[in-house]
Amino acid sequence: MSRRFRLSLFAVGAAVLAAGLLHGLAGLPAFGHYHGVYGTVLDRVTVSERHATDVITAINFDYRGLDTMGEEFILFAASIGLVVLLREQRDEHVDAERASEAGDPEQASDAARSGDAADPERTGGEAGSDARVEAERGGGHRLRTSPALLATGRWLVGPVLVLGVYIVTHGQLTPGGGFQGGVVLAAAVILVFVAGGRVAMAPIRPTGAAEALEAVGAGGYVAIGIAGLIAGMRFLSNFLPLGTVGSLLSSGTITSLSTIVGIEVAGALTLIVSEFVDQRLLVGGRSATEPRSPK
Amino acid sequence: MSFGPFAVAVWLLLVGLYGIVTSRNLVHLILCLGVVQASTYVLLLAIGYRTGGAAPIFADIPVGTRAVDPVVQALTLTDVVVEATVMALLLAIALQVDKRFGTVDPDELRDLRG
Repeated sequence: MSRRFRLSLFAVGAAVLAAGLLHGLAGLPAFGHYHGVYGTVLDRVTVSERHATDVITAINFDYRGLDTMGEEFILFAASIGLVVLLREQRDEHVDAERASEAGDPEQASDAARSGDAADPERTGGEAGSDARVEAERGGGHRLRTSPALLATGRWLVGPVLVLGVYIVTHGQLTPGGGFQGGVVLAAAVILVFVAGGRVAMAPIRPTGAAEALEAVGAGGYVAIGIAGLIAGMRFLSNFLPLGTVGSLLSSGTITSLSTIVGIEVAGALTLIVSEFVDQRLLVGGRSATEPRSPK
Repeated sequence: MSFGPFAVAVWLLLVGLYGIVTSRNLVHLILCLGVVQASTYVLLLAIGYRTGGAAPIFADIPVGTRAVDPVVQALTLTDVVVEATVMALLLAIALQVDKRFGTVDPDELRDLRG
């Protein structure tokens, strides 16, 4: 299919789609005049019924708690799927040298420089230039990070961690909750990576911890749900004391579920990021044995 | 003006689709899919808006204050999580495509290979 033909096909399709969408959207209540019943009811009853002031968090972790369990497991399954997709392939292996070099950026760059010059038998000829290209492309096992970024990153790790914990634990009171705070917590881990000058996640080994956090997050959510059954109520019903409106430990299981989800999200995102970063440690595969065609 | 936010959603959807159709790089294509997904956030939030409504968080405003719809906002949160997972998986697949075929141009990935 030629590019021109594809574009003209898209133009026709897009025009039809736009017309249909605009026609459909014109039938909606005008912007600003929404009359949803559920939202209106929840806006009025959540504070008295659940002692939570953030209605959105109350919906996510209480009224729609079962859906959020599914949502959490989507994230869980996706991170496991990502680990499977990015696993070591048959013709790849983790370069032990790179992995150990990755621990210390200074030594790593030295080793890379001397290694390229003094290791002709491992690479040799065509592959030798390939390896050098590889080394240059991969930053020569060294992050060319400016000192300003390193300093700022190191300074930010603590505050970002505190902010993440704050957002996770205050989800029932103010904007935030497990999903949002979990992402901020994972950002703190990424900052450790950036500010540490590490070229790979392997030396700080977050993968095992991240997997454990994920398991705790996913299992904990179900466990709190089952605890509702044990308390003689329904699955995922809010069986804990509701506390005082506006206090940190208010709104019963909403707070616990939000915190558990925060742990899960932080674990899952850390796992995802470290899997991507650790790809740098893999050598072999078709792209290394067959030189790429120049583009 | 009352139709503006819906038009923005349609525009984001179409411009993202245009990017996907004309993309010459899988990473670019995946980011275009992100733009398409962003149109669903705009649409959801636009549907739930009430003129002059506050955020549905009653920490410092009395219950009964006119507030926007919280249900669509919770749905948007789900939407964002799904987008993040879809993008992570697609980027992983793009990485493997690059390893196997040495290219990330969708046009060069036409032939099936064993």
